[in-house]
Amino acid sequence: MSTTAEVPVSPAGNPIGFGRMLRKEDQRFLRGQGNYLDDIKLPGMLHGAILRSPFAHARIVSIDTSAAEAHPKVKAVITGKILEGLKLAWMPTLSHDVQAVLATDKVRFQGQEVAFVVAEDRYSARDALELIQVEYDPLPPVVDARRALEEGAPVIRDDIEGKKDNHIFDWEAGDREATDRVFAGADVVVAQDMLYPRVHPAPMETCGSIAHMDRVTGQLTAWSTTQAPHAHRTLYALVAGLPEHKVRIISPDIGGGFGNKVGIYPGYVLAVVGSIVTGRPVKWVEDRSENLTSTSFARDYHMHGEIAASRDGKILGLRVKVLADHGAFNGTAQPTKFPAGFFHIFPGSYDLEAAHCQVTGVYTNKAPGGVAYACSFRVTEAVYLVERMVDVLADELGMDPAELRRRNLLRPEQFPYTNKTGWVYDSGNYAHTLEVALEKAGYSELRRRQEEGRARWRAAGGSPENPGAGGQHLMGIGISFFTEGVGAGPKKHMDILGLGMADGCELRVHPTGKAQLRLSVQTQGQGHETTFAQIVAHELGIPPEDVEVIHGDTDNTPFGLGTYGSRSTPVSGAAAAVVSRKVRDKARIIAAAALECSPDDLEWELGRWQVKGDPDKVKTIQEIAMLSHGTLELPEGVEGHLDASVVYDPPNLTYPYGAYICVVDVDPATGRVQVERFIAVDDCGPRINPMIVEGQVHGGLADGVGMALMEAIQFDSSGNCVSGSLMDYLLPTSLDCPSWELGETVTPSPHHPLGAKGVGESATVGSPPAVVNAVIDALEPFGVRHADMPLTPAQVWLAIRGRPLRTDIVE
Amino acid sequence: MQVPAPFDYDRASSVEEAVALLERHGAEARPIAGGHSLLPMMKLRLARPERLVDLNDLTELSYVRTEGEWIAVGAMTRHAQLAASDLLARHYPIFQDAERVIADPVVRNRGTVGGSLCQGDPAEDLCAVVAALGGQVVLRSSGGERVVAARDFYLGPYETVVAPAELVTEVRIPIRPGSGSAYEKVERRPGDWAIAAVGCFVTLAQGSVADCGIGLAAVGANGYCAPQAEAQLRGQPATEESFRAAAEAAAAGCRPQSDQRGPEDYKRDLVRELTRRALRRAAARAMAGGA
Ligand SMILES: Cc1cc2nc3c(=O)[nH]c(=O)nc-3n(C[C@H](O)[C@H](O)[C@H](O)COP(=O)(O)OP(=O)(O)OC[C@H]3O[C@@H](n4cnc5c(N)ncnc54)[C@H](O)[C@@H]3O)c2cc1C
Repeated sequence: MSTTAEVPVSPAGNPIGFGRMLRKEDQRFLRGQGNYLDDIKLPGMLHGAILRSPFAHARIVSIDTSAAEAHPKVKAVITGKILEGLKLAWMPTLSHDVQAVLATDKVRFQGQEVAFVVAEDRYSARDALELIQVEYDPLPPVVDARRALEEGAPVIRDDIEGKKDNHIFDWEAGDREATDRVFAGADVVVAQDMLYPRVHPAPMETCGSIAHMDRVTGQLTAWSTTQAPHAHRTLYALVAGLPEHKVRIISPDIGGGFGNKVGIYPGYVLAVVGSIVTGRPVKWVEDRSENLTSTSFARDYHMHGEIAASRDGKILGLRVKVLADHGAFNGTAQPTKFPAGFFHIFPGSYDLEAAHCQVTGVYTNKAPGGVAYACSFRVTEAVYLVERMVDVLADELGMDPAELRRRNLLRPEQFPYTNKTGWVYDSGNYAHTLEVALEKAGYSELRRRQEEGRARWRAAGGSPENPGAGGQHLMGIGISFFTEGVGAGPKKHMDILGLGMADGCELRVHPTGKAQLRLSVQTQGQGHETTFAQIVAHELGIPPEDVEVIHGDTDNTPFGLGTYGSRSTPVSGAAAAVVSRKVRDKARIIAAAALECSPDDLEWELGRWQVKGDPDKVKTIQEIAMLSHGTLELPEGVEGHLDASVVYDPPNLTYPYGAYICVVDVDPATGRVQVERFIAVDDCGPRINPMIVEGQVHGGLADGVGMALMEAIQFDSSGNCVSGSLMDYLLPTSLDCPSWELGETVTPSPHHPLGAKGVGESATVGSPPAVVNAVIDALEPFGVRHADMPLTPAQVWLAIRGRPLRTDIVE
Repeated sequence: MQVPAPFDYDRASSVEEAVALLERHGAEARPIAGGHSLLPMMKLRLARPERLVDLNDLTELSYVRTEGEWIAVGAMTRHAQLAASDLLARHYPIFQDAERVIADPVVRNRGTVGGSLCQGDPAEDLCAVVAALGGQVVLRSSGGERVVAARDFYLGPYETVVAPAELVTEVRIPIRPGSGSAYEKVERRPGDWAIAAVGCFVTLAQGSVADCGIGLAAVGANGYCAPQAEAQLRGQPATEESFRAAAEAAAAGCRPQSDQRGPEDYKRDLVRELTRRALRRAAARAMAGGA
């Protein structure tokens, strides 16, 4: 299946099937006519604002709201006490913990929700926050995750009965004994500590919700920034005891999610409470600092990796210990059985003998959430770990990192491959993809130029004592080869809060042959309105402009768990193909009735059923649509109309992969890093819309450069978040990005109806280790083997001097 | 949306009116120019002026021109205008060097020279540029005009000699035929504030440094300048060795603080490196015919 295959073109010039076409949704986005949450204004709507804790850890002594209540424009002030009375002070998290909606006993992170003001306008709501008097009794905070389990550490979660420490879970995967045996017998064992710092999705649009509890009908409608409207509906029912059939969640246009909009935040629940209390719609939208300091972060994995190999570069085993900082509440969004997400895919793309990981989750006085952010449920951390470890091993062996990978990549004949931690990789031809990337990069030429540069640097007097000699810069080349498991997932293994991760999908073909496809997943910029129309076009021959994709409204779409973890194409994309095929089968029966032949006499040509050997006897899908709604007599048991619905339960994840190569320029005098080139060869199976795939890859690569070089949510030793604005939490801009050099190989997934694998997070997962490997490679003349992200100029300067910093805590 | 505390607003149509408004409303009134420093602080409620006096109609304060021995820059001149000024480019390429790395085009279209100086952020690039060039600041109040040397304009971080009902109207830079100038900055990402930055000018005579000025941003230098380094360099041959010695003096004379941008010793090392780079480029420009 090649993505460049010729497909027919529709009257509007779009491919009737796979191929490049401009995104249907861009018409409104480019004209500024999108409809985002904050664009929605309802009659009588009130505005909410949240008072947040200035302390990381403190007991609440008292809250006095009288002055705020006296503000002429304030309609309600809600505190934890009031919520306690309504049994709404705590809400379940996505990881079977609870989180305070408003603090009652203690505050547990800086920025935690303490009170909610509802007022006639946003200004008054914000002004009134300053009129609330809260007396706090500060407690010592747990800021350093590495000390969270120490004897005598302050206990953060004393709300949990009997809780005497900050331990959340221990979890392991792989075969510990087999791994230990492999390590004991190996020629070479290297270890490396590494931190994947806490980062933030930082979508352009912050989170928010408008709740309207209609007192007459008893119906709750919530317009929310959510990637998973159906999951939210069920959660509202569970949290607030609301009858689910009277809850409607509408997710309007979303300005970026990246996992930030999977869970339910206290602000969403507070908007509901505000509406219940006042009887009017209540809008709550967080500001930028609230988004950065209180909503779902990602990563925060303190990892100790060990790799075992033979002297000639055969990787034998991997062993990992992880300390996972989950913040004050375990709010991680991931399938129930996997408290560390899919981290145990860390053996990566390599043919090893044994692997084992052990993950310990701890509470700290930091914002909760976790896992969100374009990470495929912690595959990001896993890929970073293994790809850094392979480079550490290459350094130890004195072997070229491309060659070391070449020797260890899984071979095509090994697929489907069950890895050492139990994942079944569906398909792959890894060596080929690596060679395509190396070729595209001109790898050996790059290495030659790097050597020349190093020689010039040495000739100018460059040395560890004189890094900036002669103003010479150093080139670095970094490789990463990643395998992801995406498209969660098979219902029997994967659920969130007991909700299985299968997706519904409905297709209606109207009498004139125009269609509506109803999806459970929710786009946040991924282009679903185009990609899914193309899937229907591919299966039925209906032009994509004739297919309206409907999503984001629980009253108008079938149930499903939403868009994150690159799951839309693997799960709902498959559902769309299967539902289209169901319609196609029904169309066959109708066409046969109309042509007065047996369905078996018909063959499918894109967009039509025709009698085998008699192409004049044909009915197009549009004709069949009209016939199905018309007076044609249908065979016994065949209902009229042309529609179908399915629930797709994926048999397995899909395993996209890729080979990335990054070239950086490092100024050793100042520590500045410039990404000069980035070659990304992705294999996500056939590409439905290559342009959209490339857009996803572009964004993910920029994201990876950001994480590698500048992004980190950091705390001072008192637990103050020092990254609460975009002046402090740096995001990459176009000036940080080279012109991306993309390539593709195509290895279809054998179990996905279209062969497609998810790609939404590939680049975010795959690129950070490539950038870091490149920078560390540039620093080879200084004997640097590792330094933690973000590799800011200061961090690089310090690494050159042998003293890179911890990047989670700043003094 | 970040929401500032309530405030009143006036839009002045002349310098006299602006001064009168500020005088009438006392210490809680603040002038607003580009707003790119003041508004973010107001939104975070770190600044809570009760009244803003908007200077954006004062086009009379928007110019770059020669006045005798000086280049005069009106306080309301935007970053983007400085970057586009041929006059400045001819005399002091340091302005273009700096403007290229100050914030981003959106900020540069709005932010002003006057606002930058009055803000007095320790990392403000234009403060270091004007200090390096030995500029002067012209202030106006109802009592009349006064002129203060740029290096005496600052009392400390975010603190200047500007009195409550006083406006900065102009910045003046002495013209130095044959000089060369340059600005060097290292930041975490384009558009970010400096980790450290160094600007300088030199004039040469027979291969020696006849005069020079060195300005520093983000490293705790008093008045954004490095007088010891300047003294060290004046009269010395314009060689790598002299630049190195001046750079050492500049690094020794500043007081950077460790923060998220980096530790103190790193910043000091940057001053050393950037001073040399700036002096090298300035001298090369002077030799190439100067400004
Ligand atoms: C994202 C971002 C990045 C930035 N990056 C940089 C950078 O890298 N380098 C850098 O140097 N700057 C940077 N800045 C600051 C930018 O240059 C500001 O515009 C500038 O500092 C202030 O100019 P303004 O005209 O906007 O002043 P305003 O914000 O309007 O005013 C600043 C202060 O000066 C006072 N004031 C203004 N004009 C006068 C006057 N004529 N007389 C008396 N008082 C006056 C105001 O009352 C206020 O106290 C950045 C700003 C932003 C928002």
